Amino acid sequence: MIKAKHKPIESIGEMAAPYRRVLVLGCNTCTAVSLAGGEKEVGLLSSTLRLRNAGKGKNQEFQEFVVKRQCEMEFLEEARELIQETDVVLSLACGVGMNCVADNFPDTPVLPGNDTAFLGLSPELGQFTERCVACGDCLIHLTGGLCPLARCAKRLLNGPCGGSEEGHCEISPDVPCIWHKIYDRMRALGQLDKLSVVVPVREWSMNDAIGPRSFVREDLTVQTGQGE
Amino acid sequence: MAQSQQFKSNSKLEKVLTQGHFAVSGEVGPPKGTGAEGIREKGAMLKEYTDALNVTDNQTAIVRMCSLAGCTVLKQVGADPLMQIVCRDRNRLAIQADVLGAVALGINNFLCLSGDHQKFGNHPNAKGVYDLDSTQLIATLRQMRDEKKFICGEDISGDMPMFIGAAANPYADPFEFRVTRLAKKVNAGADFIQTQAIYDIDKFARYMELVRDMGLDKRTHILAGIIPVRASGMARYMKNFVPGVAVPQSLIDRMKTAEDKGGEDKKQRAEYGREEGISISLELIERVRQIPGVHGIHIMAVNWEEIVPVLVERAGLYPRPQVL
Ligand code: SF4
Ligand code: SF4
Repeated sequence: MIKAKHKPIESIGEMAAPYRRVLVLGCNTCTAVSLAGGEKEVGLLSSTLRLRNAGKGKNQEFQEFVVKRQCEMEFLEEARELIQETDVVLSLACGVGMNCVADNFPDTPVLPGNDTAFLGLSPELGQFTERCVACGDCLIHLTGGLCPLARCAKRLLNGPCGGSEEGHCEISPDVPCIWHKIYDRMRALGQLDKLSVVVPVREWSMNDAIGPRSFVREDLTVQTGQGE
Repeated sequence: MAQSQQFKSNSKLEKVLTQGHFAVSGEVGPPKGTGAEGIREKGAMLKEYTDALNVTDNQTAIVRMCSLAGCTVLKQVGADPLMQIVCRDRNRLAIQADVLGAVALGINNFLCLSGDHQKFGNHPNAKGVYDLDSTQLIATLRQMRDEKKFICGEDISGDMPMFIGAAANPYADPFEFRVTRLAKKVNAGADFIQTQAIYDIDKFARYMELVRDMGLDKRTHILAGIIPVRASGMARYMKNFVPGVAVPQSLIDRMKTAEDKGGEDKKQRAEYGREEGISISLELIERVRQIPGVHGIHIMAVNWEEIVPVLVERAGLYPRPQVL
């Protein structure tokens, strides 16, 4: 899932300071699972912001609302009136949800309450780690299902580099060398021969190198005109 | 001026290796500034004692004068430079452009590296490029030379004499995969290999056995890396902080014992340490020479360049063969 975490409270307070009515808008999907955008976090962040203002004679209102998914207009509809009435949306979605609000409500400023971190998982409570960089051209059939683009510090396709030591990456003893894991896994799967082939220069055009990416699935688009 | 038919380049290193001599390469670290004098001096001092001089490329991710400029300065004093290229700092457009420029300026030797992670350097927040990895970089250079084509397939005009090298670290993990990775680099087009610093000879000998089993010593020239150790503190630092360098504790102890002969006297301690460091390096050189498949040594004595002539002479590797 998409993993996100709150920005530091000071910078949130600072961003929101110029606005009187602030709508703290959560998202009940990815960021709720990251414990950064669900009902509880929306409530907690709003209270914290109110408390920070207490006794400073500041006339600032924080309204709370959570939609099921901020990245889908269908669910944002529920918040339409609130968004139109507020001075600013302080979004606790991921960047996709925030963009969706901005795209659909031209008159309302949007502030990021979260830093969208990566596509990853939470191996243990409170720990988050990256697993995929959405490269657009998946290659993990070559690497035992483990992603070198997301998990190797140099994004090597013909690893491991000379810094791999006792299973950890050269950047830190706390970071596993994914190429070591790929090796172990391919050996266990009896597929080491796959690793002896040189993976050629990659076409990054499917990656973020090219500009905003999009794709169309003809099978899902609504046919207009004289379709069969 | 076209290079002789049997060679891929005008590289002295290539000729020395192809003719079956035991090769010696050295290294020059460019300055953190614009002064070319140091490179010139080192080049002038080392050229008689080596067949090629590597110029590092933002080594350990610290910004220095670029390798291409360093190589050009070395050429001015008659040394044969070897341009290191790391994948960390440049994408395929920049790398191919630099290679064209280097060939135009008469640089023949190239070394393809991944590069130490930017985290270790003086710009830890830089974006690491890694558009290509080191194996792909080797294949790119080979394609530029043998097919005279860029990665995109378009033609390159002009000659492309190049002697293409890569690095190998016999001490990195997983050990069993290291030789496969070397094979990949050889298949990609590595004409020669410079290894990471060799200290643990037994492990290196096991590695070379696997290399010979796969016949790789017949398809590429392996130069064993030698980093002369000057003091026990330096050995300890390398062991703890330099990625990929495996320094055995016994070596640190041996240096320490030698230094202790100098008692409290700092100068004496340094002198004993230096002498012991030289002895250790000479022993290592002697032992790697006896390992079948090792075709040369690559001495990395950054900030201690003056030791290279001493080592080369005492190891009986001077004068260097005249091949031009
Ligand atoms: S190869 Fe690309 S799509 Fe596949 S897991 Fe890695 S980043 Fe994601
Ligand atoms: S040590 Fe492993 S994970 Fe780290 S950069 Fe090298 S190959 Fe990638």
